[in-house]
Amino acid sequence: MMQWIAFWSILKKDIQNYYLKPPNISWGIIFPLSWTLMQLIRSPEGSMLELLPGLIAMSVLFGTTSMLAVTITFERSGRSFDRLLLAPISLNLMVLAKTMGAILFGMFNSIVPIIFVSFFTNLSGVNWGMVFVAVLLIAITSTLLGLMIAVSAKQVFEAQTFANFFRFPMLFLCGLFMPLSALPAFLRPVSFCLPLTYGTDILSGAITSTSIMSPLLCVFALLAFAVGLFSICRYNINRKWIL
Amino acid sequence: MGIVPDESNLYDDMDGFDNLCFCGALYGMRKVDREAKANMLLEQFHLKQAGKRLFKAYSKGMRRKLTIAAAIIHSPRILFLDEPTTGIDVESARQIRELILKLKSKGTTVFITTHYIQEAQRICDRLAFIVGGRIVVTDTVSNLMENAASGHSIQFITDRPADSLTTGLQARFAGSCVEVKGSALILRSAEQLPLLPVMKYFDDNGIAVFEAKELRPTLENVFVELTGIEAGKLGKEKEKGGGK
Repeated sequence: MMQWIAFWSILKKDIQNYYLKPPNISWGIIFPLSWTLMQLIRSPEGSMLELLPGLIAMSVLFGTTSMLAVTITFERSGRSFDRLLLAPISLNLMVLAKTMGAILFGMFNSIVPIIFVSFFTNLSGVNWGMVFVAVLLIAITSTLLGLMIAVSAKQVFEAQTFANFFRFPMLFLCGLFMPLSALPAFLRPVSFCLPLTYGTDILSGAITSTSIMSPLLCVFALLAFAVGLFSICRYNINRKWIL
Repeated sequence: MGIVPDESNLYDDMDGFDNLCFCGALYGMRKVDREAKANMLLEQFHLKQAGKRLFKAYSKGMRRKLTIAAAIIHSPRILFLDEPTTGIDVESARQIRELILKLKSKGTTVFITTHYIQEAQRICDRLAFIVGGRIVVTDTVSNLMENAASGHSIQFITDRPADSLTTGLQARFAGSCVEVKGSALILRSAEQLPLLPVMKYFDDNGIAVFEAKELRPTLENVFVELTGIEAGKLGKEKEKGGGK
């Protein structure tokens, strides 16, 4: 019970202090919105439904990685993070509390392109259950990617630079806005090493029924990425923050 | 265990009350308990009026007091304070010292690191001198003072130039050492010096004495004696990462 009081307090504090601040709310709305508009203007004749999986995946990726890398690095540089490390809660639970806010923020970001696209196209054929699963798993893996970056960075600008190093290549390597088949053959294996590829594929299956892999395989791949990233993060946290 | 770092590390965008409640929650305190304790601590630390103000709007002294309050909200048995009064106003420093003494009297074991030797002397039971990251001595204040008090010194200020009296005094009180320090004359002896014969000597020679006082070693003297570091060099030792 004591542990969960601490868990809930950390999550609530992060949501109030970081995620619900007006600049972040507007960032969470304006960023996905502008990307959706950009894609709409670029190809007005193209189907909005085809764009939706990429827009959702990108909104979640940027929302989670940015926020977690910034909030943790910010707290570490201000030394308030030491307070959490010293508290009598398990490190796993503390990391879970810190990542939960970013996961929820990323999931909230995914709603923006869905609402926007719903004005232009009929979404009645979408498998919302699978969309939810995909968004949740993309949010978890992206958040853990953000955590991995946060553990390595000392300053906020460093975290952002590291994050961009991962994020921007993923935009075109993971089938967000162009199919994987359109990639040069030597880049395709790289795509399958990135979690976002599997998340986008579930979304494509759920929204346009154009997935290239089995949804079950993608779910397992994302879960495996989540476990792997969490283990790397735990190892790095122990090595860099605790010892 | 509670820890107060040398720089306050609470959350700038939370008010004082919420900061305290959050710290209580980290230790699993229930809402009712932590809110009641937070209110009590704000009162005790004279921060009641500032309880709903954002932490970033606090003065340095207020920040330090709230950080201490945050460290004790869960009633730790052991409290670590890193330079609790450095760089804050006199009144806040005095309040913090009183609070430390109050905690001590209630049974909390308090560890303090400080560069203010007088402060350590005033509030600590036991001291450890650390030089270059190593403890060179640890003992009670009274033991340290007692061990350092080898010899006895009396300082006199008279109506005569001090250096004109050294030869006569040295001849009269053989075994003592006479020093001149500005306008003062210091008589040092390995044994306890009775004051009356010295005063009589001055009186017999028609010398008026304006001041006579016994010079007791300070803790700073003890520190210098034990560590070989001059008090003025303590800052440099701090920069090197030791010397507390």
